[in-house]
Amino acid sequence: MKWHVLRPLWLAIGVLAAILVARQFLVPDDFGVHGPSFTYNYHRLSNVQEWKDFPVKYLGREYCADCHRRNVRRLNRSSAHSKVECENCHGPGAGHPEEITALPINTSREQCLRCHALLDYPENGRSVVPGIVDRMHMRRRDCVECHNPHDPREERK
Amino acid sequence: MTDPAIVHGVEWTIKELFVYPNEFIYWSIQIVMYPYMTGLVAGAFVLSSLYHVFGQKDLKEIAQFSLVFSLALLPVAALPLLLHLQQPLRAMEPLLTPHFTSAIAAFGIVFTAYGLIVVSEIWFVYRKYFVEQAQALKNQPGLLASLKYSVYLALTMGAFDVSEDAIKVDKKAAKVLAAVGIPVACFLHGYAGFIFGSVKANALWMSPLMPVIFIMSAVVSGIALCMLTYIVIMEWQAFRQRRSGGTTEATEIKGAEVDIITKSTRYLLGFLVAAISLELLDLIFRGYTAMKSWDILRSVMYGKDFMNIFVLQYTLGNLVPFILLILPGRTMKRTVLALLLVLFGVFMMRWNVVIGGQAFSLSFSGYMHYHIPIIPHSLETFKEGLFGALTVIVTPFVLFWIINNFVPSLRRDLGGN
Amino acid sequence: MTCSRRQFLKEAVGGTLASTLPLSAFVFLSPAEAKAAVDEAKVRWAFLVDTNKCTGCGLCVTACKTENEVPFDSPVTRTWVERYVVTKDGETHIDSPLGGRDGFIDDKIRGEEIDPENIAKAFFVPKLCNQCDNPACVQVCPVGATYQTHDGVVLIDREWCIGCGYCIMACPYGVRFFHPEHKVADKCNFCYHRITKGMPPACVECCSFDARRIANLEDPDDPVTKIILTERVAVLKDEYGTKPHVFYLGLDANVR
Repeated sequence: MKWHVLRPLWLAIGVLAAILVARQFLVPDDFGVHGPSFTYNYHRLSNVQEWKDFPVKYLGREYCADCHRRNVRRLNRSSAHSKVECENCHGPGAGHPEEITALPINTSREQCLRCHALLDYPENGRSVVPGIVDRMHMRRRDCVECHNPHDPREERK
Repeated sequence: MTDPAIVHGVEWTIKELFVYPNEFIYWSIQIVMYPYMTGLVAGAFVLSSLYHVFGQKDLKEIAQFSLVFSLALLPVAALPLLLHLQQPLRAMEPLLTPHFTSAIAAFGIVFTAYGLIVVSEIWFVYRKYFVEQAQALKNQPGLLASLKYSVYLALTMGAFDVSEDAIKVDKKAAKVLAAVGIPVACFLHGYAGFIFGSVKANALWMSPLMPVIFIMSAVVSGIALCMLTYIVIMEWQAFRQRRSGGTTEATEIKGAEVDIITKSTRYLLGFLVAAISLELLDLIFRGYTAMKSWDILRSVMYGKDFMNIFVLQYTLGNLVPFILLILPGRTMKRTVLALLLVLFGVFMMRWNVVIGGQAFSLSFSGYMHYHIPIIPHSLETFKEGLFGALTVIVTPFVLFWIINNFVPSLRRDLGGN
Repeated sequence: MTCSRRQFLKEAVGGTLASTLPLSAFVFLSPAEAKAAVDEAKVRWAFLVDTNKCTGCGLCVTACKTENEVPFDSPVTRTWVERYVVTKDGETHIDSPLGGRDGFIDDKIRGEEIDPENIAKAFFVPKLCNQCDNPACVQVCPVGATYQTHDGVVLIDREWCIGCGYCIMACPYGVRFFHPEHKVADKCNFCYHRITKGMPPACVECCSFDARRIANLEDPDDPVTKIILTERVAVLKDEYGTKPHVFYLGLDANVR
């Protein structure tokens, strides 16, 4: 047997060793199977925490109520919009009032039409919501000019 | 660069009827190129192994050429993947943290292993030549010569023993590697098929036949490309010889030899028949079982993609070359035409699988149309456009030219086994 | 009890959030959610969509895109709302313009007028990641960049994803896409940063009709879990064997 025949094998082993050494340096330490199965739980563990640390933007009505209690209470009273979150129209509250003093309020006609554009669908929650036909009702005017979104029963004249 | 926030796929996808908002043709031309090039590699290697393992003596000339050519094709099989990745700098990760339940992770390992096998086999076949070159260049003056000398010195890997015994061992090793290489080559390409066949979400792709179909058409395209390149190079050399003046008789070059081509054609036809049979079986099964997805599949296959599937792939790419090759009185020109059509047919098959599989929405209620970017206006439209594909096609020939400078696969007097 | 809950939340919220948020921000916590946050090992997040209640306002999509920093004007989205209009002749018209981000204001579907007299039924179906028990997308990731957490949510590692798109192809529900800015795969994760703090996902919080709710299946006292366990719920495309965990009330056979 001529032993030179094994030289490519050393080459292969060298490549394999290079990959294994590279692994030591390039693969994060917490990479592994973190759970019952290799199929579904093979990952970098610290990524879970990274996602948990993703910044929250919508803070919920209770947060608004801390300062704007009167408005929130008024909204709660009026039956129709009582379940609409403040941040749907006022924008997400994160950073307010510290960094963002005035939130960008969406008072557009399109915002109201999301629910109040009439879609005549049988057996659909949408047809229960009072609706208008866009092209037939006060065309191109903002709804809030006449209607108070915090208390839709009241009409501004 | 255009708007960096552009969504991948928007530029070449046109939606029709109802398609989920996130659906686009995410796998575009480069993913067509990827199984195509992988197939060429596998096919070229199988062709060379037919000689090395099964001792098909009449294939000797083309076997050596196709072995080296498969080495030139090898890096190009990975190139489309690299061009396709959204994070190309992380391309080595499948080797670092392979998640083996993914066919792509396994591909990384098989691809590396296969590359080592091909390189080793070439080393065994040409080791004697490397040693001779190194010795001849040893004390020659000049920068180029010393540069060449160091390359050959490295290529010998320090094994200078060219005694008869040693060469015998080389031959044996090459044979063993060629034998091991066949299943690995099939594995390599079977995996490419598995990547598609195992996607249960895709009604067109999901089929256990997919890996086998891919292997068969891979061998077809590999043999066809080797034959074609071989004919072209040989004819070119003969042409040059004739032009440089009547020395034709003195040299060995006779142009592409009819024998080799005839023999290779036989293998080509065999694999072609197998590939077509399997594809038709798959098609018939889908129609007969008529699962939920069949309505939309039928409308794609018999409607929107009819031209691509039945005219370009089956008729022009399979049937016409089949007839051209079996009709008696075959000439070299006709063979070349048939080979080109075979290559085109296999390409269309890849296209119809990859693009066709994304031609309909997962909702089964809408369609997506692919418009390949031709004039690139950003890195992405270059990479995933016509010019990206052309880059992939041209690269193996450039690589072959470079490799062939050191490993003369076209010279008959070399590569003793 | 109240005291310990408070204390826990104080610790759990931590960091910048704690400094900007008064604790009262979380008083809406249902007992189930608080318990879920406390007992991490016993959590399996699930989602309940009530298609009977959805009115197609699209505020969930708007909230999701803002909360999760998915470029607002790009066509991709982590959650979306589909409109189904089934006419009396048996045809189903489906659309979801911009994923329903701006709601459904027009009664035309892709510009096609549909006679209201001819409508047999019409409904809206919100879609999001199903956080499958057997996620096909995770199985095919070549590098372990997407995975299932112990509480059932499938996450994507943005530092490790190579952007091959295999997971996007493997998902039968089409919830995955390439993030236009990060250039990696992206999808809904039930607002993991919110649910792990005891807050509801942004889409749930912003839904005015209770059409979307989050549940901890491991908690038998969770009111939403009770609905999932006791009422007739359906899932999407269960034939793929992925065991999806977004449950639907009032799911129609036409829904794709």
